[in-house]
Amino acid sequence: MEQLALFDAAPRWTVSKLTRHLRQLMEADPELQGVWVQGEISNLSRPASGHIYFTLKDPGAALRCVMWKSEAARLRFAPQDGMAVEAHGSIGIYEVSGQYQLYTDSLLPMGEGALYQEFLRLKALLEAEGLFDPDRKRPIPASARRIGIVTSPTGAALRDILNTLRRRMPLAEVTLAPTPVQGEEAPATLVRALQSLNQVVAPEVILLARGGGSIEDLWAFNDERVVRAVSGSHAPVITGVGHETDITLVDFAADLRAPTPTAAAELATAITVLDLRQALIEMAQILEGSMRALFERQRTLLEGFQSSLRFYSPLRAVQTERQRVDELSRRGNAGQAHRLEMTRVRSVGLENRLAALSPLAVLQRGYAVVTKNKQVVVSRVQVQDGDALRVRVRDGEFDARVAGDG
Amino acid sequence: MAKNEPKPIEALTYEEAFAELERIVAALESGEHPLEESMSLFERGQALTKRCAELLDKAELRVQALVGESLADFKEE
Repeated sequence: MEQLALFDAAPRWTVSKLTRHLRQLMEADPELQGVWVQGEISNLSRPASGHIYFTLKDPGAALRCVMWKSEAARLRFAPQDGMAVEAHGSIGIYEVSGQYQLYTDSLLPMGEGALYQEFLRLKALLEAEGLFDPDRKRPIPASARRIGIVTSPTGAALRDILNTLRRRMPLAEVTLAPTPVQGEEAPATLVRALQSLNQVVAPEVILLARGGGSIEDLWAFNDERVVRAVSGSHAPVITGVGHETDITLVDFAADLRAPTPTAAAELATAITVLDLRQALIEMAQILEGSMRALFERQRTLLEGFQSSLRFYSPLRAVQTERQRVDELSRRGNAGQAHRLEMTRVRSVGLENRLAALSPLAVLQRGYAVVTKNKQVVVSRVQVQDGDALRVRVRDGEFDARVAGDG
Repeated sequence: MAKNEPKPIEALTYEEAFAELERIVAALESGEHPLEESMSLFERGQALTKRCAELLDKAELRVQALVGESLADFKEE
């Protein structure tokens, strides 16, 4: 018999060689190097090494699986015995025990695998179209007053956002476009909410938000229509969908992605009410400082006028002339006296005109010359409570009294 | 100063009041205005400061909701 001839030959294989051959066969098969397989977890163990070992079962068969620590660290859920899952990875052989197994690189709760595939397909498509290009991103205003919110009217996301806005920027005017955020109709209503918000209130920024949930719960935010509506929004959009680790396609299309709804509200209010208060205090200080400086400048100017006036005053000349008039009168020189008297009168007229001339420019601008007993008051130490003053303004004079010396 | 009458202080929004305050401070710092005018600028500046502070103190987030194409006050649950 033909078969006997085979048995006659010496064994061609060692166990190691055969195992390696089988391993190479498996590794050369592209189908086995990227398999998605579904089953139920059993015999799960996670030793100190951090790697995860488990078996995937269905009623007819079992498959050994291992997931290395680096991949296991990216898991978004805690796998447990009895859980229905979808695993992705490559088939290989652990030669030491001759055991073939699935080297798992991705593990998802049942149903999510297909969604994930769809996610990747759509992401690649929209990315190729340029919807996620960084140069499409618009800047977020630092102090938007009209803020739009697209989320569920009953969710925790809305409460978180409103609390954050209330705390950081209560001057803002918020418009909510209420919409379901999950379920069949969610994508269409999310799109409508974004569009109406842009049309009706033209907000300066829009927050698109939803609280945490499973990948199915968040699925509307991976919908192609919603992603396109985000990239087509007139107002820049900040997304805050799910928790820190959840990434949806709207996050790529948004102008800014926040890890949570609260964080989205914070990013929309870079300048807070505290910043405004600080700026106001500073502005008030500058205002008072500039007025003080102005008074100081004007006072110096006025003091300059005062001394010039005194220096150029014809009063001294007039007094000298008066004395001469008296002397001449005494000497009975009436004619001479009369001539000098006329000069005096002219001088007094001149004096008045001069006096009116220089200070007029000052008085016209709102200054008053304050005198006490004919002495110009230039310092507060000259007056006391109750002192009678004479105040000269542009068009006349009036009496005044010091009502307090503080 | 602007030729048209300035808006009454109590009708100004925070942004308007603060922007006018900034203009007034710049005008006063330039020192180009006669004293009388500077005084009234200063007084308006103080009134604007007070208005801004009040608006900050009293500010309450206004929340509306879109109902179709129109707006309605929104009450949180």
